[in-house]
Amino acid sequence: MREIKVSLIEEKVEQMLLDACENIPENVLCRLRRAKEEEESSLGQEVIQRIIDNDLLAREKHLPICQDTGVVVCFVEVGYDVHFDGDLYEAINRGVEKAYVGGYLRKSVVRHPLDRVNTKNNTPAIVHVKLVPGDKVKIEVAPKGGGSENMSLVKMLIPADGVEGVKKLVLDTVFNGGGKPCPPVIVGIGLGGNLEKSALLAKESLMREIDDVNPDPILANLEKELYEEINKLGVGPMGFGGSVTCLAVKINAYPCHIASLPVAINIQCHAARHKSCIL
Amino acid sequence: MDEIKRLTLPLSQEVIDSLRAGDKVELTGVIYTGRDAAHKRLVELLKNNQPLPIDVNGGGIYYVGPTPAKPGRAIGSCGPTSSYRMDPFVEPLLKQGLKVMIGKGPRSKELRELLKQYHAVYLSAIGGAAAAISESVTKCDLICYEDLGAEAIYRLEVKGFFGIVTYDTVGNDLFDEGIKKYKKI
Repeated sequence: MREIKVSLIEEKVEQMLLDACENIPENVLCRLRRAKEEEESSLGQEVIQRIIDNDLLAREKHLPICQDTGVVVCFVEVGYDVHFDGDLYEAINRGVEKAYVGGYLRKSVVRHPLDRVNTKNNTPAIVHVKLVPGDKVKIEVAPKGGGSENMSLVKMLIPADGVEGVKKLVLDTVFNGGGKPCPPVIVGIGLGGNLEKSALLAKESLMREIDDVNPDPILANLEKELYEEINKLGVGPMGFGGSVTCLAVKINAYPCHIASLPVAINIQCHAARHKSCIL
Repeated sequence: MDEIKRLTLPLSQEVIDSLRAGDKVELTGVIYTGRDAAHKRLVELLKNNQPLPIDVNGGGIYYVGPTPAKPGRAIGSCGPTSSYRMDPFVEPLLKQGLKVMIGKGPRSKELRELLKQYHAVYLSAIGGAAAAISESVTKCDLICYEDLGAEAIYRLEVKGFFGIVTYDTVGNDLFDEGIKKYKKI
């Protein structure tokens, strides 16, 4: 049994959030630079250039990339042989509070969806814990903005809808979102499982690196097809029209019921912020 | 890059009517911030025949909830939020003389009709370019609704604030035009 202090978790969560909000990942920046070359519209090119300039300025001057520093989504993989000396969830929330209150980040969480009183410290985080073999802990944080999250959905298709039904749903969702989710976006898709599993798969797919390749050849091919078709929708950077609507498509899948074909679509804006560490 | 129109706020009706979807502008002067919760309160005040805490007559509202300002800076990162969420609150404010709205993303058909009716314009700022936008804000003062945190209303003094005219007073729609041009399926 390996003992891990929750104070270390708290510290890591705080550090990773501060880092994520101010420093765009290098591979996202590279992808944006390529997007500018690929974009056919001159206004679209200008928009992407302004996004790149913003991301570089944020990094240089230690400013949040976007004012929407999000609700914190936290994935934790805990080895079976790990013991914590305190409450894991409380430690994560303390890390969130320290980052958001001490780090000049925006507090975007209300305590109740209907009375809508701001919690003033951006807690609670949304935490997903998975048990895995070993004695390590992996923590992944993603400050998730509201604009792109609002353009996301879950739909229970039926087997007869097949891959064509999935593609139509994805294309319609991205097209209907237009400029709202801050395109160029990353489209995260959860296929299969059930209602809640598909949503989780979609969120997990957005934790993948922007330039990775899906190890499942069927999904890798579908990602490529959807990427090409989404970029024919014409939405373009910030919805002003253009040939770059998405930067990447990510699909994660899971077995499902013989009667169902659950599909979740989670849209991620161009400020694709996430960080991870292994303890 | 096309020519940028450099404009001083508040804009005259003549200038507002001369703007066309696709024009790039840089604004200098005063704008107020306001998003979901503040709009709800403003419209409730008007329903109860009470005065607004800000003068929207001829003025502008920027849909933004900034991050807190770091020491030495006027404001934190302050990019636009999605404008469609404010659509249900806009008409009572247009009746009070609101002329310029700044945000991001498409809005309802009804909103576009209201802009024609009241001769007002909708400008887009670049979503997510929040650190860069903060460079064009020289002063930020809290006006009201401090309890709303980032959703409070602030008075911003801006200099060279970049925007793109998106819906003009004659019904042009930059989103529709742009997407039609590049849609291939």
